[in-house]
Amino acid sequence: MKLALLSALNARIAAREATILVTEMATGSTRLVTPEEVSADPLADALHEAFRTGKSGLTEGGSAFLNVHLPPVKLIVTGAVHISQALAEMARLAGLDCTIIDPRTAFATPKRFPNVTLLAEWPDQAFTRVKPDRFTAFVALTHDPKIDDPGLVAALKARCFYIGALGSRKTHAKRVERLQSQGFTADETARIHAPIGLDIGAVSPPEIAVSILGEIISAMRAKRRTA
Amino acid sequence: MNLNDSELLARAESWAKAGRGVAIATVIETWGSAPRPVGSHLVIDSEGNFEGSVSGGCVEGAVVAEALEVIESGQPRNLEFGVADETAWRVGLSCGGKIAVRVEPLT
Repeated sequence: MKLALLSALNARIAAREATILVTEMATGSTRLVTPEEVSADPLADALHEAFRTGKSGLTEGGSAFLNVHLPPVKLIVTGAVHISQALAEMARLAGLDCTIIDPRTAFATPKRFPNVTLLAEWPDQAFTRVKPDRFTAFVALTHDPKIDDPGLVAALKARCFYIGALGSRKTHAKRVERLQSQGFTADETARIHAPIGLDIGAVSPPEIAVSILGEIISAMRAKRRTA
Repeated sequence: MNLNDSELLARAESWAKAGRGVAIATVIETWGSAPRPVGSHLVIDSEGNFEGSVSGGCVEGAVVAEALEVIESGQPRNLEFGVADETAWRVGLSCGGKIAVRVEPLT
C-alpha cells in the first residue's frame, strides 16, 4: 500500500467518515471507496453490504479484501440527571464515547460525572464542538423542552442512528407537535424512540439506563450503517 | 499501551513518515474460533518494533519475522496459521482456530 493512500484513509477515519479499503488479491492494488462512490464501483454489491453490516472480509470467491472503517459510536445525552449518571458509566463499559450536555450547572458537575465529557452549556453551543452524525446515539433526558428540543432537532437533522426521549406518551405527543410545527415530517418524528428504552419493566434510574443502553445497542447492531 | 485498529494505522503512517520501513499485517479470514476478528491489524517497522495484534499473542512472533522480509523485499505475503498447519506445532493457535493474515509493505 502506498503511504499516500494510508494518509488519506487515516484522514477519513479522523474525520469520522465511513470508508472501505479495497485490496485486489491478484494484483495487490489498493483503493479507498466512500459510501457515495459505491454504486460506481465494480464491487458495488459487496461494498454496499459491507457498509451496511460493518463487516470486513473477502468478497465471494476471494478476489478482493474489504476492510471496513466505520466511525466509533458516540453517545450524546442532554440532561445531567440521575439516569445519565448510570447511563454514562454503563456506556463507557460498552465502549461508547459519551458526552453529557446540560446548561444547569447545579446538575452538570464533574463530581457527579467522573470519566465522561461534560459540557455545562446549551445544546446549540455544545453541538458546535461535539457534532452529532449518523454514527451517534442521541438521548434526551431533561424533561425540559428548552434543553431537549434543540438537541432533538440537531439529532434529527444529523440522522443519528438512534434518537430517544424520556417522557410519557402524553409528553411525547406534545413534543411531536412542537417538532412538526418546526417543519419535521411525521416520518422524521417517528424516528424518536419514546417512551425511551426497551420494555423491561425498569423502575430505578440504573434500570432505566440499562433499558436505554439495550435499545441503543439493538439499533447499533441491527439498523445502523444503511450507507 | 493497547491501540485500536484506527490508532494502529495512524501509528504506521507516523513511522513511515519518520523514514522507517513499515509493514501492515491484517487478518483477512478466520475459520472456527479465532481470537481477533477479520480486519485486525499488527503494524511492524524495519527494526522489529510492533504494535497491535492479529491473534492475541499466538503467532505475532512469526508474523513479525515475515513482515521484516516483506519490508525488505517490498512484496506482500499471505500467511495462514492454524492447527491443521504443520507450523502449528511451533506457532499455532491454542484456541484451535485458523487465520489468514496478509502482510503488506508500506511503500
